[in-house]
Amino acid sequence: MSEFVTDPNLADPDGFYADLLAAHEGLSEEESAAFNARLILVLANQIGAPETLRAALAAAAEAGARG
Amino acid sequence: MLDDRYDLAFRLYPYERSADQDAATPVRHPVVVLGGGPVGVAMALDLGLRGVPVVLLDDHEGVGQGSRAICFAKRTLEICDRWGAALPMVEKGVVWNLGKVFHEDRKVYEFNLLPEEGHRFPAFINLPQPWFERYLVERIRAAQAQGAPIEIRGRNQVTSVEVDEDHARLEVETPEGPYSLEADWLIGCDGAGSPLRKRMGLDFEGRVFEDNFLIADIRMTADFPTERWFWFEPPFKSSGASCLLHRQPDDIWRVDFQIGWDIDREKELREENVRARLDAMLGEGVDYEIVWTSIYRFQCRRMRRFRHGPVIFAGDSAHQVSPFGARGANSGIQDVDNLGWKLAAVLQGAAPEALLESYDSERRQAADENILNSSRSTDFITPKSQISHVFRNAVLDLAEAFPFARPLVNSGRLSLPCTYDGSPLNGADALPGGPARTRPGSPCPDARLGQGFLLGRLGQGVTLLTLDCALPEGALPEGVTHLALSSDDDASGALAARYLGEAAQAVYLIRPDQHVAARWAAPEAEAIRVACDRLFGREMT
Repeated sequence: MSEFVTDPNLADPDGFYADLLAAHEGLSEEESAAFNARLILVLANQIGAPETLRAALAAAAEAGARG
Repeated sequence: MLDDRYDLAFRLYPYERSADQDAATPVRHPVVVLGGGPVGVAMALDLGLRGVPVVLLDDHEGVGQGSRAICFAKRTLEICDRWGAALPMVEKGVVWNLGKVFHEDRKVYEFNLLPEEGHRFPAFINLPQPWFERYLVERIRAAQAQGAPIEIRGRNQVTSVEVDEDHARLEVETPEGPYSLEADWLIGCDGAGSPLRKRMGLDFEGRVFEDNFLIADIRMTADFPTERWFWFEPPFKSSGASCLLHRQPDDIWRVDFQIGWDIDREKELREENVRARLDAMLGEGVDYEIVWTSIYRFQCRRMRRFRHGPVIFAGDSAHQVSPFGARGANSGIQDVDNLGWKLAAVLQGAAPEALLESYDSERRQAADENILNSSRSTDFITPKSQISHVFRNAVLDLAEAFPFARPLVNSGRLSLPCTYDGSPLNGADALPGGPARTRPGSPCPDARLGQGFLLGRLGQGVTLLTLDCALPEGALPEGVTHLALSSDDDASGALAARYLGEAAQAVYLIRPDQHVAARWAAPEAEAIRVACDRLFGREMT
């Protein structure tokens, strides 16, 4: 199984970030929440491997807890 | 004293005076079953066919009205077939394979159950519960005529129970007054509200979902196809969080509306209000007759233990699940399947009482699996928070566009039998390359054998199945039936795929409830004997 990646892996970080914001442009809060949910599910299917997904859930929780 | 709690669909066991009512001292019976629902009737039939004398007490004289359980799964039909009761059920029932899932006014997708080839029975039939019970009682009548020691006593209401270490004593009310009787073993099949469980002050733990379902059986000659239609957030007026439409025999359709927790029961059941919902759903100008309606509230919980000394609980009295997935009556029939041979073996001296502990552990494992699945369905169908609602609708939106999201749509994971992984009755798994689906603990999958089927060749007892090999000299334990098959017996290859996998030959030890106890490539006689002792719990003492 692939290892969980915590080092930089995006080829174009600024470009991706801009695309992400652009996708939310003009959406209401509710529409944005729905978009995010769809995006998470699409990405989860790309990853597939249960242990990687569990590691991603844990990483997201951990980063939030530090704040 | 003896009030009717419901109207009967079929009056199957009218009150008759029993000799016990005139006995000077209470008569002791080996087994008394409480409750004449599908589980109680099945319990009496299974034990009776094994030659165990059994008395069933029910406070009514037959079967209540309404389609209720409605979906009977393949495993249930396989078990009923072992009792000789499945064929009329399949003949009467409606087989469906196509399901459609809707969200609001859009079809999200449709699925085909695509039943695997080489099984005697379909994945599901829709059959009103009264018919299911009626066929079981008719089978009991036929068995009685051939001497099976089964007695059904209608209009016998238990008014008190005293449980001793090795028996229970019952006070029973009848139209001709009370009497007492005793039971070495008392089996509680008296339903979700189990008066027996309450009388004994036993726990019932888990989640109670505060939601109500309005269910209606309607007769109409509409040309809806024979499909399962399920709506998330249906578009028709005041239809609630979900809605299900199912076809039954005799032009009767079953509709379930999930109508929320805060309702006025009496008002919702008024015909004009039921009709308002149905009219909105079916559209203008559809003519129908309301045959039966009811409102029920479901729970997902179980008893901590199913056995308490000489008292054993089975079916809804022991565990309850949400209706999504048809895991109620189907799991109750599997309880019976699991308990019947064990209790018979204990009573007939073939096994120690400790064997019954495995009923408790195996069926608790099954109940937990059912509760897990039905709770997950419930959480998908009725999201409990705003964010879970957002994710649920995201899944439905994606499922409409992309196949990848369809497995996430959960409108009920349809009932499958439990594999008893880790059961103390499981023996060796010594078949390298053997398929995972037939590992010890698994229910045997069916396969076609010429004009018949594999499961039909397994009897009431323990079977030693050899596939493409012979048994060593003297390896067949006493009381075990040998079934010698070759993978050529099934030209489709399904038998080999299901029981050999990568292996060249196999020996399977199969329990009376058609679960695999142990399997080997080439066992010695001693290994078979050890596994056979283990499956009867003879190692536990």
